[in-house]
Amino acid sequence: MEPIVVQNIFKQFGNVSALHDISFTVAPGELFGLIGPDGAGKSTLFRILATLLLADKGKAMVNGLDVVKDYRAIRRQVGYMPGKFSLYQDLTVEENLHFFATIFNTTIKENYDLIRDIYEQIAPFKTRPAGKLSGGMKQKLALCCALVHKPSVLFLDEPTTGVDPVSRKEFWDMLQRLKEKNIPILVSTPYMDEATLCDRVALMQNGAIMQIDTPSTIVSQFRTKIWAIKSNDMYRLIRDLRAHPEVQSCFAFGEFLHVTMTADPEEVRSSLTTGGHTGLVIQPANAGIEDVFMSLMQAQTQAV
Amino acid sequence: MKQFFEFVKKECFHIFRDRRTLIILFGMPVVLIVLFGFAITNEIRHARIAVLDYSQDALSHGLVSKITASTYFDLAENLRSEKEILPAFKKGDIRMVIVIPNGFSRDFIRERKAAIQLLTDASDPNTATTLINYANAIIGQYQQEQTHLQHLPLTIHPEVRMVYNPMLKSVFLFVPGVMTLILMLVCAMMTSITITREKELGTMEILLVSPLRPVLIIAGKVVPYVLLSFFISIIILCLGTWIFGMPVKGSILLLLSACGLFCLTALSLGILISSLTNSQQTAMMISMMGLLLPTILLSGFVYPIESMPVPLQIVSNILPAKWFIIILKDIMLKGSGLPQIALPMGILAGMTCFFLIVSLSKFKIRLS
Repeated sequence: MEPIVVQNIFKQFGNVSALHDISFTVAPGELFGLIGPDGAGKSTLFRILATLLLADKGKAMVNGLDVVKDYRAIRRQVGYMPGKFSLYQDLTVEENLHFFATIFNTTIKENYDLIRDIYEQIAPFKTRPAGKLSGGMKQKLALCCALVHKPSVLFLDEPTTGVDPVSRKEFWDMLQRLKEKNIPILVSTPYMDEATLCDRVALMQNGAIMQIDTPSTIVSQFRTKIWAIKSNDMYRLIRDLRAHPEVQSCFAFGEFLHVTMTADPEEVRSSLTTGGHTGLVIQPANAGIEDVFMSLMQAQTQAV
Repeated sequence: MKQFFEFVKKECFHIFRDRRTLIILFGMPVVLIVLFGFAITNEIRHARIAVLDYSQDALSHGLVSKITASTYFDLAENLRSEKEILPAFKKGDIRMVIVIPNGFSRDFIRERKAAIQLLTDASDPNTATTLINYANAIIGQYQQEQTHLQHLPLTIHPEVRMVYNPMLKSVFLFVPGVMTLILMLVCAMMTSITITREKELGTMEILLVSPLRPVLIIAGKVVPYVLLSFFISIIILCLGTWIFGMPVKGSILLLLSACGLFCLTALSLGILISSLTNSQQTAMMISMMGLLLPTILLSGFVYPIESMPVPLQIVSNILPAKWFIIILKDIMLKGSGLPQIALPMGILAGMTCFFLIVSLSKFKIRLS
């Protein structure tokens, strides 16, 4: 039985279509990522799966239970970590964990092996109020609280947003270890680099899923040649490249611009040099998830 | 059950770690009681008066000393002519002037009819009326003392007795009123704020995605406040009886159970408010405007219900505060037992059930 099944979910808020025909399944023990910018509809989807919102149309099942009919049973089985930090700020780390263990009718001791790795990192601060923790610590505590009742499915809504790079990496290491314990995890993130850490990802934009596959397949299926270009005046470079008739897309990507074009790179180089650009570098680049996302996003925008 | 106690424990942490809440909870009852008991009072004590005595005989001196001997009036100055009356009032601290005409004793004894003039500063009509009443009462008493040996023609002599509050102490009115006000504030406002706070902070989202049932969530949040408000009502009662000599003629047990019932009514109102709103701000505004103001103005705490226009009298019936004040006065001042207060108690109980049912049915098991 697939732990998470989503079939043709639609959700409308007023005139805004928050979710449009969303379907996917998550396999047992799979780390499934929802990748997309803010406002893509990720949190709405989480709330529907966590039985907090009702979809307008479509069906969703968690552990074979219907999210509308069997919401009470689902609430006992899932671990949910909302996008916004939602623990009691005036309670200490220990008190928060103890509280959530108790309301799920269990104890910290009973499931300690599940949270040990994570809890040991925040244990030095266990008498500190949760509101006074750093961003990364808060998220680790929230994950502990979501895990303390040994859920059979884990929903993590943007767990690494607002967290420093080191803590982000640690957090994803933890998710990998949880995956080994065979807990299916649905995680969302706006960071493209985190997509490669998932088993499969769904690229979301404006309430719709643009593509679902493993990160490597998504990248390898991307046939368009990507060029990395930089010069001493990056701002003018973006403007000039976007104005170039044979350039299809041009996005900033670290210190380079990632560009797709039909023109010959040497021809572009000479036209840019005559345009007064100095320190010009043009080299072939490997496409990443972000390139795929940008091109899909552009295609979707043009289709609308 | 373990879940429930854990929830209550968590709620207590919130209360006791938030110093502002604690100050409101325990400081306000004391401040309000002391304010209403000592400062804001409509009793008159030591009103400054002036005397213009043209007669200057034994009888007039006796009358003036009789009046000033009471705690109500203090003699501020003796005037010498009528011209000094208005300036005396204009100075502002003189509330009443007594004018005794020439030959007061003679008229009183020979003609059995003596005139006396009382002038008051009626810019504050309530005070003026009260002063005249006090003065009249003292003068009447004085007249009786002077004539008790002489045989008078038949007169109707009213024998007035103020039952239940012979000293006309306003504190007897204010203690029940303040108690109602504070319980309303603590129970209704605090619970509505504490529940909406969970919504605002997003913790309600996690609580919903837990095996906790709505009843348990609400009860867990409310129980600490029930205990707190009960404790506060005991503080107010103690302050009232020990500092202001407020009597408790009826049974203490009955009084406490009435307090308990009213706490529940106010709490259920608070729950209702919180189930209708999502932000602490709105919850606070609704409790302030929708509960506190009517409680002060329409419950009979400050203004007697009997003197309100009929529509407002009808409106006052839906205020739990009105019924609680009636119960408190009946038990404390009249010593009524359960049979006499069964009706208001029943009304309060009915309101509580109604509010609870509505708010439980309104409680959202989802976010929208």
